[in-house]
Amino acid sequence: MNTSRPDSASGRTRLRGDSVLKAAVATAAVAIIGLLLALGYNLYSGSSLTISKFGFSFLPGTTWDPVHEIFGALPFIYGTIVTSLLALLIGLPISLGVAIFLTEKIKGRRTTRYLLGTLIELLAAVPSVIYGLWGLFFLSPLLRQYVETPLSTYLGFIPIFSGTPFGLDFFTAGVILSIMIIPTVTAVSRDILNAVPNSQREAMYSLGGTNWEVTRKSVLPYARSGIFGATILGLGRAVGETMAVTMVIGNTPRITASLFSGGYTLPAVIANEFTEATSPLYLSALVELGLILFVVALAINVFARFLVWRMTHGVRSRVR
Amino acid sequence: MTQDIASLGADRRRLVDRVMTAMVGVAVILALTPLVLIIGDVVIQGAPVLSLSFLTGLPTPVGVPGGGIANALVGSFVMVGIAALIAVPIGVGAGIFFSEWPESRLSFISSFMNDVLAEFPSIVIGIFVYVVIVLTTRTFSALAGAVALSIIMIPIVARTTEESLKIVPVTLREASMALGISRWKTVIRIVISTGKSGLATGILLAVARAAGETAPLLLTALGSTFFATGLFQPTAALPLLIYTYGISPFADWHARAWGAALILVIVMLGLNLTVKLVIGRRYSEMRAEI
Repeated sequence: MNTSRPDSASGRTRLRGDSVLKAAVATAAVAIIGLLLALGYNLYSGSSLTISKFGFSFLPGTTWDPVHEIFGALPFIYGTIVTSLLALLIGLPISLGVAIFLTEKIKGRRTTRYLLGTLIELLAAVPSVIYGLWGLFFLSPLLRQYVETPLSTYLGFIPIFSGTPFGLDFFTAGVILSIMIIPTVTAVSRDILNAVPNSQREAMYSLGGTNWEVTRKSVLPYARSGIFGATILGLGRAVGETMAVTMVIGNTPRITASLFSGGYTLPAVIANEFTEATSPLYLSALVELGLILFVVALAINVFARFLVWRMTHGVRSRVR
Repeated sequence: MTQDIASLGADRRRLVDRVMTAMVGVAVILALTPLVLIIGDVVIQGAPVLSLSFLTGLPTPVGVPGGGIANALVGSFVMVGIAALIAVPIGVGAGIFFSEWPESRLSFISSFMNDVLAEFPSIVIGIFVYVVIVLTTRTFSALAGAVALSIIMIPIVARTTEESLKIVPVTLREASMALGISRWKTVIRIVISTGKSGLATGILLAVARAAGETAPLLLTALGSTFFATGLFQPTAALPLLIYTYGISPFADWHARAWGAALILVIVMLGLNLTVKLVIGRRYSEMRAEI
């Protein structure tokens, strides 16, 4: 009787301590949920003026005229789509190549793999404003002189290569973005390929397959949905990237087929015009562009996470 | 005859294999070339500008030589510091929750949202903080900038905390619990102290990420050419200064942008390499994607 009292007392403090810890850390977890909800809510309420004034015509509207307060989002949506797709077109094959190199070609060489992985990660560590600076002063003149001018001279009859290249355009923005998404897509694809069971490879090797045949016929089909998820994650990154694009895209709200013409994207117009927006309606229009970005980013991320998560069998620690 | 066809096929297959090996090799070179070009360009263009007065002086107008970036360095330092004070408790707390109570529904939902938040366009976070803080306080400020940066840091800290606590061997926990030590003491004294270099990794990576962020600061801290004397006024930051000087039409401002870029690159690569080399290679495997 006597001996049991201190025991149960310490048992009680133990339980209290446990529940205090749990409550404290659970609060932090709830704060994250609250943060995301607050983000969505405030963007919605902040754009109520334009939502009530323009309704759904805001999305397909092609005029962006702050002086006469006519606002349409299409030029920015168009620019965002064109630059992001271009980024995927260039960045995806390179990222996949690097991922295959890391997982299938130098599987045993841990140090080489580690060094290469580190270098690719450093590419992700470079701040986006520095990509912008470099894009503006180094890449843009280079592309104009050696890629855009020859293409428009010899293939100018194709609409996407028409016009006089100036260097600050959809094309340069797409190339910069492709560089910036490589670390993301590479890292996720590498994890996906690592998650492919070795029995898949062994089966193909035992049939006498070459390294490439094993990769092509056993590994890649198995990893398909996960790689698709990695691609969508890269797309999400490209869609939201602001500084580098703002500095090289030319900042003109225009819808043209030519990649060598100045354009605009959703994040770029927000970055450029937000602090100049003097009227409430103008500000509301910019916040609504942010709301569009929010919805798109949310959809892309949820979809991509789901695909990647399913591929790695819910072992979340592998999915980054 | 059939023998010939078979060997022909084998040759072709071997050739395809070689070509594809070469192609993925080319991909690796293509992926790493920009890194070399960017760092090389930043060093070449930025190094001539660097001097002690560049680090300690205030910006000067166009044409006035000798302008420095001191206010931007201080502004960045203050904002990232305050952001860390906000983000570390929330991020570490959430990370502990994700790793210790992984089965709960709250953990699943919150950790999923944490992933989503980690990939969110930072400009959207800028708008959010503008609507919530700048409109309420009616001024662009260091505080608004810090809050925006903290929202960027939280998911990184939370994810790395979770990962570093998860790899603490279960036998350590069992040993502690078997000695009759309560769960909360086990978590705090055993689990966290074992995983603390992982926590440090996460915080350093989050600081590095926040130090390089520009877009949300455009809408919250705005930038300034003077020292800020309080938390409630427009404040300069290194990335903002690089952006403003970079898109200006003036050659001497361009030069200063490159100088500032070199400082920023040194800080970023320094933090990232510290994480890699000092804290250890096993954490590189689990670094939150940034």
